[in-house]
Amino acid sequence: MSAEKGYVGLGEVGEMEESIGLNLKATELRLGLPGSESPVKSTSLGAKRGFSDAIDGKWVLSGNGKAGSDLALGKDASLFSPPSDNTNNDPLPLPQPSKPIPAPAAKAQVVGWPPIRSFRKNSMATQPPQKNEADAEPKPGCLYVKVSMDGAPYLRKMDLNNYASYRDLSSALEKMFSCFTLGQCGSHGVSSRDNSSESKLRDLLHSSEYVLTYEDKDGDWMLVGDVPWEMFTDSCKRLRIMKSSEAIGLAPRAMEKCRSRN
Amino acid sequence: MKKAAYSFPEEVLEHVFSFIVSDKDRSSISLVCKSWYEIERWCRRKVFVGNCYAVSPPILIKRFPELRSVTLKGKPHFADFNLVPEGWGGFACPWIRAMAGAYPWLEEIRLKRMVVSDESLEIIAKSFRNFKVLVLSSCEGFTTEGLAAIAANCRNLRELDLRESEVEDLSGRWLSDFPDSYTSLESLNISCLGNEVNLLALERLVSRCPNLKTLRLNRAVPLDRLPNLLRGAPQLAELGTGAYTSEMRPDVFSNLAEAFAGCKQLKTLSGFWDVLPSYLPAVNPICSQLISLNLSYATVQSPDLIKLVSLCEKLQKLWVLDYIEDDGLEVLAASCKDLRELRVFPSDPFGLEPNVALTEQGLVSVSEGCPKLQSVLYFCRQMSNAALNTIARNRPNLTRFRLCIIEPRSPDYLTLQPLDDGFGAIVEHCKDLRRLSLSGLLTDRVFEYIGTYGKKLEMLSVAFAGDSDLGLHHVLSGCDNLRKLEIRDCPFGDKALLANAAKLETMRSLWMSSCSVSFGACKVLGQKMPRLNVEVMDESGPPDSRPESSPVEKLYVYRTVAGPRLDMPGFVWTMDDDSALRIS
Repeated sequence: MSAEKGYVGLGEVGEMEESIGLNLKATELRLGLPGSESPVKSTSLGAKRGFSDAIDGKWVLSGNGKAGSDLALGKDASLFSPPSDNTNNDPLPLPQPSKPIPAPAAKAQVVGWPPIRSFRKNSMATQPPQKNEADAEPKPGCLYVKVSMDGAPYLRKMDLNNYASYRDLSSALEKMFSCFTLGQCGSHGVSSRDNSSESKLRDLLHSSEYVLTYEDKDGDWMLVGDVPWEMFTDSCKRLRIMKSSEAIGLAPRAMEKCRSRN
Repeated sequence: MKKAAYSFPEEVLEHVFSFIVSDKDRSSISLVCKSWYEIERWCRRKVFVGNCYAVSPPILIKRFPELRSVTLKGKPHFADFNLVPEGWGGFACPWIRAMAGAYPWLEEIRLKRMVVSDESLEIIAKSFRNFKVLVLSSCEGFTTEGLAAIAANCRNLRELDLRESEVEDLSGRWLSDFPDSYTSLESLNISCLGNEVNLLALERLVSRCPNLKTLRLNRAVPLDRLPNLLRGAPQLAELGTGAYTSEMRPDVFSNLAEAFAGCKQLKTLSGFWDVLPSYLPAVNPICSQLISLNLSYATVQSPDLIKLVSLCEKLQKLWVLDYIEDDGLEVLAASCKDLRELRVFPSDPFGLEPNVALTEQGLVSVSEGCPKLQSVLYFCRQMSNAALNTIARNRPNLTRFRLCIIEPRSPDYLTLQPLDDGFGAIVEHCKDLRRLSLSGLLTDRVFEYIGTYGKKLEMLSVAFAGDSDLGLHHVLSGCDNLRKLEIRDCPFGDKALLANAAKLETMRSLWMSSCSVSFGACKVLGQKMPRLNVEVMDESGPPDSRPESSPVEKLYVYRTVAGPRLDMPGFVWTMDDDSALRIS
């Protein structure tokens, strides 16, 4: 009888009536500011922290919320190194986490919400071509960029126009990819999972194992953070969270390019 | 024995069957008896496969040896919103290869949300001598080189439609590969291409194809080239402009207006990127004949939109940005009494504050003024139960109702109550409702309404809603015609899913992401239901490395006769008999 009703496994259908209402908080998405309580629902992996602490020291916000626009960041501005490793002569003060941070121009993003197709988002987001540019190539621009991480099993796409600053970008990346730093993933084999994923994450941060890089319009790979935000979104074609060991030699090139542009 | 005396010769039956075109009816025919099954399968010419993994190429080819038209859909709908990771699947290649061998007379291929390579396009170009129609809707994976192969080889091509596909645009040269002798083009949609195509080649192509009815240009085609194109194709019925902006010169404007006026059959307009408002009136000469208008990329303000829309008395379909505002929708309601479909898209979906005066009132006005309104997609920032109630009572003939209140879990802004009653009114009054998308603050009660009244509902999209498994249970047990259910970020878990497992075999697919379905339950489901593929997607590694009670990130369940698929990337696991045994 139960098979005909399509019932499988666990208990009478009548139990539906007394099913435990799930704790809404567990699934509630909270869009907190970086540095505040992590806006991620708890899973068995434990609350994800980490990168928001790391970036607090690096990305200083100016008053108008468009952070990063005239930021002069140190050469080794690696996204994932914690403030304590700040050996640069960073002239900008480190903000206290408790200080109210001006709200970004756009909200931190929930993936896929509101439900608007990428095609439409891209078309809406781009500026109309300048009339006086002789060879104006009215391409939609590459606002949807592929993001890969060395060692991660697959890549993601993200829309750079969703973010107003490097800080927004980094916290979004953190959400997307933090799981990968917590252990070996990507194969069907047994993963070596430590009991404390948080401490592992901290280890990785201290070791500055990863840097965030991007491929620009000319096909060169550059370190993220060296140029003003708008210039970055204009030229970024794809992002790659690269192992630091592979990123040697990127920084000098980036600075040269910057100088030759100005 | 006596059977033979009562049956018609095969040829007669075949002839009768040829008048039956609906897939459902043909399916019913094939179930009457074995001989009808046989006859039907030999004379079936057109097949629609809603989920490419529900069946396999060999199975399709074995049953239907003489197809002329195949439609395939790949990725789940939520892939449109970036919820399906790259590499998930939906590869067209195995299908195209198989069909190249089995159907030399294939004429039409329509693919949606599939990954198509240049190689596949080359195979299509070389394998089907009578190939006529290629529609690639929201596809990806190919470049303009693949298009060049199609252009160069498909002598009988009638339709090339790339709507919303992601094409790697290497050069606009491919269009020149249509030979000069080629004149059979009837429909061309290149609106998704980024780069400029060879404009001279385009003009020549357009003017030498006398049957061209549909032309949808890409943004890169400048406005001042449009009049020439229109003059080359005065028989056009559907036009998508390129960028609708230019230096403001009176001769450009009058040229354009004249060209539009010359297109007496033009009924559908789209495009309108980068609109310069003073150029909009150039389309006035044809407004009274328009039945479909897509202004959803036109960033112009309400007054300009109102001027345009109020002239379109025959309009049946309007897609527009929320710049139209409540005032504009009121004018629409007063002017366009034949309106069947309205879609209002957000101009600033990620802004914190509303940037336009568009509220629930606009939709209420349209529901009052447009008696034929059937299909609605509406993005807004506030809604009330009262408004939904009014809309439901005004328009019981609604068949598609998709409402997106931009902020998740927004309550009725007047009463601060959940919107259960409002949506309940929609499903109760709109008895023919086939598609519904929910948003706002919703409890299990709304699902009770849906399960009770949504008897014709075929597709339901749910986000950030519900309290418990009861919600999911109401839907799965109540909606008799449910085919597609997609859910994200809802507290639905194992109980409802397992209690309604058999229901899943009557549906095309179920998507659940960021819900509370445990890995253990997925295993059980996969084990007990061999005709379902239960696929778990998890970015944090193999699900068996965590406790069974851990929720899976994404679950995609679909019925299939082809068994578990073999092309899964590393982050997708199938819960089938074997894997269940292996893991446990």
